Amino acid sequence: MTFAVLSAILSHWRRAPLQFIALLAGLALATALWSGVQAINAEARSSYDAAAQTLLDGQVDRLVPADGGAVTQADHLALRMAGWRVSPVAEGRLNGVRILGLDPNTVPAGVGQIDIADRADADAFRTGDGQIFGRAEALDRLGPVPPEPVPVAEIAPGTVVTQIGVAQRLLDRPAGHIDFLLLDPDQPDGLPRLAEIAPGLSRVAAGGGTDLSRLTDSFHLNLTAFGALSFVVGLFIVHGTVGLAIEQRRPMVRTLRAVGVPLRLLLWGLGLELLIFALAGGALGLILGHLIAGALLPDVASSLRGLYGAAISGELTLRPGWIAAGLAMSLAGVAIAGTGALVKVARLPILAAARPRAWAMGHRKGQRVLTGVGMAALAGAGGLALWGTSLVAGFALVGAVLLGAAAILPAILSSVLRFGESSANGPVAEWFWADSRQQLPGLSLALMALLLAMAANAGVSTMVSSFRLTFIGFLDQRLAAELYVDTKEEPGLEAWLTDRSDAVLPVQSVEVEVRGLPTDLYGTRPDPLYPDNWRLLEGGAAAWQTMFDGRGVLINEQLARRGGIGVGDILPLAGQDLPVVGVFGDYGNPIGQAMIAEPLWTDAYPNEVPRRFAVRTDPAAVPGMIEAMQAEFGIAPDSAIDQAGIKAVSLQVFERTFAVTGALNLLTLGVAGFAILMSLLTLGSMRLPQLAPVWAMGLTRSRLGGLDLLRAVLLAGLTTVLAIPLGLALAWALLAIVNVAAFGWRLPMFLFPADYALLGVEAILAAALAAGWPAIRLSRIPPDRLLRVFAAER
Amino acid sequence: MLLSIQDLTKSFDSAEGPVPVLQGVSLTLAAGETVALTGESGSGKSTILHLVGGLDAPSGGTIRIDGQDISGLGDAGRAALRRTTVGIVFQQFNLIPSMTVGANIGFQARLAGRTAPVADLAARMGLSAQLDKYPEDLSGGQQQRVAIARALAAAPRLILADEPTGNLDEATADSVMDLMLEAIADSGAGLLMVTHSDRLAARLSRRLHLSGGRIA
Ligand SMILES: Nc1ncnc2c1ncn2[C@@H]1O[C@H](COP(=O)(O)OP(=O)(O)OP(=O)(O)O)[C@@H](O)[C@H]1O
Ligand SMILES: [Mg+2]
Repeated sequence: MTFAVLSAILSHWRRAPLQFIALLAGLALATALWSGVQAINAEARSSYDAAAQTLLDGQVDRLVPADGGAVTQADHLALRMAGWRVSPVAEGRLNGVRILGLDPNTVPAGVGQIDIADRADADAFRTGDGQIFGRAEALDRLGPVPPEPVPVAEIAPGTVVTQIGVAQRLLDRPAGHIDFLLLDPDQPDGLPRLAEIAPGLSRVAAGGGTDLSRLTDSFHLNLTAFGALSFVVGLFIVHGTVGLAIEQRRPMVRTLRAVGVPLRLLLWGLGLELLIFALAGGALGLILGHLIAGALLPDVASSLRGLYGAAISGELTLRPGWIAAGLAMSLAGVAIAGTGALVKVARLPILAAARPRAWAMGHRKGQRVLTGVGMAALAGAGGLALWGTSLVAGFALVGAVLLGAAAILPAILSSVLRFGESSANGPVAEWFWADSRQQLPGLSLALMALLLAMAANAGVSTMVSSFRLTFIGFLDQRLAAELYVDTKEEPGLEAWLTDRSDAVLPVQSVEVEVRGLPTDLYGTRPDPLYPDNWRLLEGGAAAWQTMFDGRGVLINEQLARRGGIGVGDILPLAGQDLPVVGVFGDYGNPIGQAMIAEPLWTDAYPNEVPRRFAVRTDPAAVPGMIEAMQAEFGIAPDSAIDQAGIKAVSLQVFERTFAVTGALNLLTLGVAGFAILMSLLTLGSMRLPQLAPVWAMGLTRSRLGGLDLLRAVLLAGLTTVLAIPLGLALAWALLAIVNVAAFGWRLPMFLFPADYALLGVEAILAAALAAGWPAIRLSRIPPDRLLRVFAAER
Repeated sequence: MLLSIQDLTKSFDSAEGPVPVLQGVSLTLAAGETVALTGESGSGKSTILHLVGGLDAPSGGTIRIDGQDISGLGDAGRAALRRTTVGIVFQQFNLIPSMTVGANIGFQARLAGRTAPVADLAARMGLSAQLDKYPEDLSGGQQQRVAIARALAAAPRLILADEPTGNLDEATADSVMDLMLEAIADSGAGLLMVTHSDRLAARLSRRLHLSGGRIA
């Protein structure tokens, strides 16, 4: 019997090949969309993590020679004897590749690529004969060198890792040369103080990440939120297709039960079928997602290359976690969608009249409940928007707005259609509105998917564009001068620079506490650079002069928000009580910042020597100046930052990010369009009893087809009108709540009406394309299909 | 003559070639006349009605309504015919589920650009209390009465009915039939009605029997 029941259940697909394709493709597309976004995000993250790890930036504290030379073996040994856990590192560049020499025996766990040593021939690595690890491109660039090259993906681009002895040889350094020591975070208690054992070394604390990486972290967080959103869009599509597939077999289910098949067996059969669909669709989706990600990744990779100053390979590695997540998404979608449908099957009275259409159209009561839930979610979102400040509240707000809006969409559309109905003149118009309203429940899942897809699009483009404008502003502010020079103590450099430029501004700061918050206090030399490029959020134009005159302090937004400090408050700084005269925007800075006049600062901190200078000069003179400075002082090439170069690279990064988000946007719209197409095709046959009487009364089939097309465009248009404010609400929640909670600063939001208009056109186009085929099918439907509606035996 | 059919043929394509269903049907129907069409199941009764109503195109022969040959009409011409000249009542699914009973009754008339005496017709069919309801809230007999009212509302010259009471029990069928015949008699339209029931056929002015693709 089991076999007979299963073959009866499956026989449905032979008669409904279109639906078979719809279900499989729906599942595959949903999985593909989500897993594609995931893959790109994961790849970007892991590339970035690899970069951060190999570059050893901000991971563990280091001990560096105070005089800028090498660490002596004597100091190294003394520290080890005293019980300090340190690990020597040799570092340098060869053929443009950064070589990191690590000591595999002592390097702190989790730093660098020590897990590579596990994978590789550990003995060869330890003895230093043989292996050098890096990405294939980096190894190529390095050229033929004595050790055996081992290509691995986990290492930051442009960097190779090897044993310290190998590095010393490659870099032509004497054996035993150490550039710095890594401090294991886990040190034994009761160690003698550093100054007693090795007074020549100073400890450099692990930084909290650079400003730039903070800014990109925020960007990543927001993209992750949109990744989750595409998951929800996918879920809607899966829900729609699965629901319809089970719905359509209701008459068969009734017949099977009438001839004595146990309900339990039926449910098992249907459940098994869904499981197979979920796995097959999920697998297809993964392949598709992989292709999508593979196509987009080169752009992402070059974005990151620009952002992190390091080459990131554009190839995609298949991660098991990614595959599992993709399949889980497909299974979860089918489970959520299928349970409801199966419960309906279970509750079906055997002798109930067949009303497949009514089932497809859903119950009015269910609609009312949905609207109620949606209203509650939106009310909750309103509360969160007003009072929520935490990260969790921010994400809850995003979720509540989205689901709430999706839930009330059918009710809103229905009342618009009711209005259209009441103001229609002419019988065809009246029928059109009434019939649209009747069709609405069957289309609402697809329309919800369209709503979410478009909201995500409007949100993403608003966020990315706002981010871009902010980022450019940030660069203008942080890199306002034409040239920045970082030095170790370099006597004479300031004077040398002053002779050759319009102005030299020392960038000098100490870390202090303001109201218990860590704050960098800057001594600022008066220059139009600041008022010209830094944005004041509070305080008038005179604030800069007041500060330069030593009569006040300017603080950044982070400090103002976290410390509850406003203009007029008095802060004890540099031994004085200074009033706050202004607050400046400081996007991306993790901690507080305060600016006072240079004389106040140097009086308070006479021992600090400036190590960083901003140089104002003719941009064209910059490259020459860098060369001359290197010749004169032997300053490393990467300690001079050419502002124009950085800006150009940063802008490129954004152009590529736009390309990627644009492609993803188009894809999401395509999937929503597909959902509409499939709903229309499935509804098509169920709609015949509604269309046949109208046709019999004298409307041509092509007229009916045209009206169907018009209806799809109308519904998509209405959905668009709702989706754009929803997208803006989303972007606002991400920029103004999530970002503030996560990073302490608010990304200002800009509006891009032209983008939204284009998006609306795209959505309507997608809907028209989706509705086109069903409309053509309707206008060519053989009359006898319509006539059969009226015959007794249907 | 309101309706005159000459040598009407119709065959359907099947896998084994064309299957002839009608093989030269000729009949006439005058205004005000009510004609019953009977025949075995599958003999082609519905097919004749569909051809006359412009729902399908004949393979050969001519169909004239008020002297106008409709067999050569295209899709649009036949749609216009359905709107203005004939009223069709099927066994089921005649109504538009998304519109109220009142709107359903008036619908075809408005398509034809005529004003319909909706309230009168509803009262006459005993539907006055149902005008604001939706079709799904009505019984089968009520739904068929709405369909008849709708067909009459456009004041067509010819009513075509295909077993209009086939889904109803005998008592209900009789009362629906009474109402329909009365209303048609008042309107002066002609009626061509397919039925399996001798009892109902006997109540019409004439009876034709279809057999072997011809009128016997
Ligand atoms: N669209 C079609 N394609 C193929 N064959 C058709 C089509 N429509 C009708 N037929 C065939 O034409 C014949 C006549 O059908 P029709 O529906 O006119 O019979 P009927 O006399 O109305 O029967 P019943 O009393 O059962 O309603 C039948 O054999 C039917 O199978
Ligand atoms: Mg018939």
